[in-house]
Amino acid sequence: MAMSDRFLPLSHHPERATSETAPTKAVLIAVAGLFLGAILFFPLVTVFIEALRKGWGTLFGTFADPDTLAAIRLTLLVAAIAVPFNAAVGLAASWAIAKFEFRGKNLLLTLIDLPFSISPVISGLVYVLLFGAQGWLGPWLDQHNIHIIFAVPGIVLATVLVTFPFVARELIPLMQSQGTSEEEAALMLGASGWYTFLKVTLPNVKWALLYGVLLCNARAMGEFGAVSVVSGHIRGLTNTMPLHIEILYNDYNFVGAFAVASLLAGLALVTLLAKTFLEWRFAGELAATSRRH
Amino acid sequence: MRLLTRRSLALGAAALFLSFEAAQALADRTLLNVSYDPTREFYKDFNAAFAADWKAKTGETVTIEQSHGGSGKQARAVIDGLQADVVTLALAGDIDQIAAKTDKLPKDWASKLPNNSAPYTSTIVFVVRKGNPKGIKDWNDLVKDGVQVITPNPKTSGGARWNYLAAWAYAEKATGGDEAKTKQWVADLYRNVPVLDTGARGSTTTFAQRGIGDVLISWENEAFLVQKEFGADNFDIVVPSLSIKAEPPVAVVEGNAKAKGNLDVAEAYLKFLYSPEGQKLAARNFFRPVDPSSADPADLARFPKIDLVSIDKDFGGWTKAQNEFFADGAIFDQIYKPTN
Amino acid sequence: MSFLPSSLRQPSALPGFGLALGFTLAALSLIVLIPLAALVLRAASIGPADFFAIARDPRTLAALRLSFGTALIAALVNTVFGLLIAWVLVRYRFPGRRIIDAAVDLPFALPTAVAGISMAAIYAPNGPIGSIAQQFGLKIAYTPLGIVLALVFIGLPFVVRTVQPVLEEVESDIEEASALLGASRLRTVFQVVLPHVYPALLTGFALAFARGVGEYGSVIFIAGNIPLVSEIAPLLIVIKLEEFDYGGATVIATLMLAISFAMLFLINAIQGWSRTKHGNV
Repeated sequence: MAMSDRFLPLSHHPERATSETAPTKAVLIAVAGLFLGAILFFPLVTVFIEALRKGWGTLFGTFADPDTLAAIRLTLLVAAIAVPFNAAVGLAASWAIAKFEFRGKNLLLTLIDLPFSISPVISGLVYVLLFGAQGWLGPWLDQHNIHIIFAVPGIVLATVLVTFPFVARELIPLMQSQGTSEEEAALMLGASGWYTFLKVTLPNVKWALLYGVLLCNARAMGEFGAVSVVSGHIRGLTNTMPLHIEILYNDYNFVGAFAVASLLAGLALVTLLAKTFLEWRFAGELAATSRRH
Repeated sequence: MRLLTRRSLALGAAALFLSFEAAQALADRTLLNVSYDPTREFYKDFNAAFAADWKAKTGETVTIEQSHGGSGKQARAVIDGLQADVVTLALAGDIDQIAAKTDKLPKDWASKLPNNSAPYTSTIVFVVRKGNPKGIKDWNDLVKDGVQVITPNPKTSGGARWNYLAAWAYAEKATGGDEAKTKQWVADLYRNVPVLDTGARGSTTTFAQRGIGDVLISWENEAFLVQKEFGADNFDIVVPSLSIKAEPPVAVVEGNAKAKGNLDVAEAYLKFLYSPEGQKLAARNFFRPVDPSSADPADLARFPKIDLVSIDKDFGGWTKAQNEFFADGAIFDQIYKPTN
Repeated sequence: MSFLPSSLRQPSALPGFGLALGFTLAALSLIVLIPLAALVLRAASIGPADFFAIARDPRTLAALRLSFGTALIAALVNTVFGLLIAWVLVRYRFPGRRIIDAAVDLPFALPTAVAGISMAAIYAPNGPIGSIAQQFGLKIAYTPLGIVLALVFIGLPFVVRTVQPVLEEVESDIEEASALLGASRLRTVFQVVLPHVYPALLTGFALAFARGVGEYGSVIFIAGNIPLVSEIAPLLIVIKLEEFDYGGATVIATLMLAISFAMLFLINAIQGWSRTKHGNV
């Protein structure tokens, strides 16, 4: 795993039959490159081209618009709540699952994974059914003048649900592979449970944690479907950046829509850079992570 | 280092939250207008005018927040708890739904303001590509083979329901009132629809920006806006022989406005729609004002004369039309049953 | 603190089980389980007759068929190309390899709505690729083909990222042995190397498929949204919700939920099975 980076590439092996011929290689690389170019690079580049269609002035004009600024602020706020919360859940879940044996563990793993495979639309719908004025708790909330749906709390809840498994899924396999011997040694030496967790466990998983947080954050800032169902689409108030893109798009402000999109795409590129750096720098410590999300 | 990160994270979150609160506290009063799709440009102008007027009269600063979407979808959001002070929707049926499903609106909301609470009207016309390459002149050209028609989903869009009813009225007249033939005609029309968006604005984007379809069935105001936004040299407007008088109504959502202490400003806001300034702005944004006297004659001259049917006289009102055509399992659903 | 009887778990020297599991279960219940239970209860409250009437409605079936069909095709495309990309990234050294490796994760990082408007701009009849395709009489945007393309974008990293680490671990001695025994390169690859990768490939396929079935943000911009033709199940849920039809929305959502849950269980089972069989995933 990742060792092939540092050891002899297979192509240097004298036995040619354990590698493909040079033309085959070239064809395979070309096919992979073309496929990625068409599917991944092209849409990404298009975002920036469309954003700059009317020049830098229009691009910056979009960012001076108070509604756009409000959308950026709301997106940051939602991520600032959802990501730390899911990081805490991820740490607790991985501690329980990786360090202990108990019945029902597989079921718990499946349940933690569940938000990952349910449609984002359903993630929004369930909160409408719970907290909407026609929902189970709606009348009570209305009486007490508490607003969850079509307000910031609903957007936060939907985002937390969608990004729930992201940190846990990165930590669990790593902590499982690390076992419990280091923690047991620390406890034998007289360290408290919390001290052991903070000084032994956490340093061991810090890069995987950061990695999970990065992915969780990217999804939290970019979520569209779930947030769309609970937002109410009030300009300057309950519009996150992805929803604002849709609104600008429907305002015939295509350049504006792609301008906000380019900001999110820029954020995605920064996320990828940080992720690549982590993988390159800490390949060994991340190795046990299955790199799935 | 870890503690530092955590502390700065918490600080950042707090700062964000404060700035968010500050942004909210900036305005003295905020009013939420939940509206349908093609009113975006009109209410942008109108909100600025009203805020200035309110400031001059009371000294208060009022900020109007806007939410736009398909009319049915917006009504549903208000029913589900969206805290609208006023609703300005595409058709009376959607406000009736809010009145029926919540106690936030009186059942007789339509009688609170002049002209059944519709401060402006509009109608349904066609938009075609420059030079009208498919030679579309009237409704019967839309059911021809090889003509692609763009219209939104009547289940979610108010404009789409007006489109549907205008088409129905034409078909009924053309077939001499034969219901089975009328139904078949309308089904043929929808068979020519390649994209069914959830709102009128989505359909316009599909047609104008994405280049799909030969003809867009559209609100009149939206049709003019297409020419304005995408260039009059790219699109032509075709006026059919028969259309429908679309009356987009407005109402104060009393339950919400009272709870937010906004009843006075909400009522003033809607009344301002009927004022000379409101009417003038409506005409400028391609809505037909109910009181044309204060509008700019040049704006009025843009509206063509069309034979118009009426929802109340020809379809027996929205409740009946809704049940007959758009309810679950009603005529529109039958069109989208796979019959062959 | 622990509200679970200690007999549920095997003895361990480490503390904090109760706290960690308690917090996890509390968060899981509040955020995930109770809201989902509300959905299922709501769907159940409309009665079995109505439930099956909605579930068997041709429009519901068409939407589900479209969502599952396009997700299946996209996942198959991703299985083929994902394996190829993983192979190229693991086995070959060439300029730009690191960039490609990093770019594979783009769909994880790029918001789906951004991907959606961008792909709609590219594949629409007046877009750069759409206009070329139209000359050959091929329509991409606003057809099921557009949906497949969006789902290929969404699902690609799942296959690459599950296959890649497994491929890295395949020992080269078995390939040498196979080659020494006279097997052709093609035969070595397909009969010796790839069988090690199949469980991971299956997992990647299932993950891409599960994600594709529920995808909304990128698809609605590029699907035509025509009932029975290009209306995906998540969009049908939203449309039902927007037309006050809560029953319809919850029934379709419950159906999708049940299928997702079954799929996840299957994925975890595959992983568990291959862990015992191959010692890795």
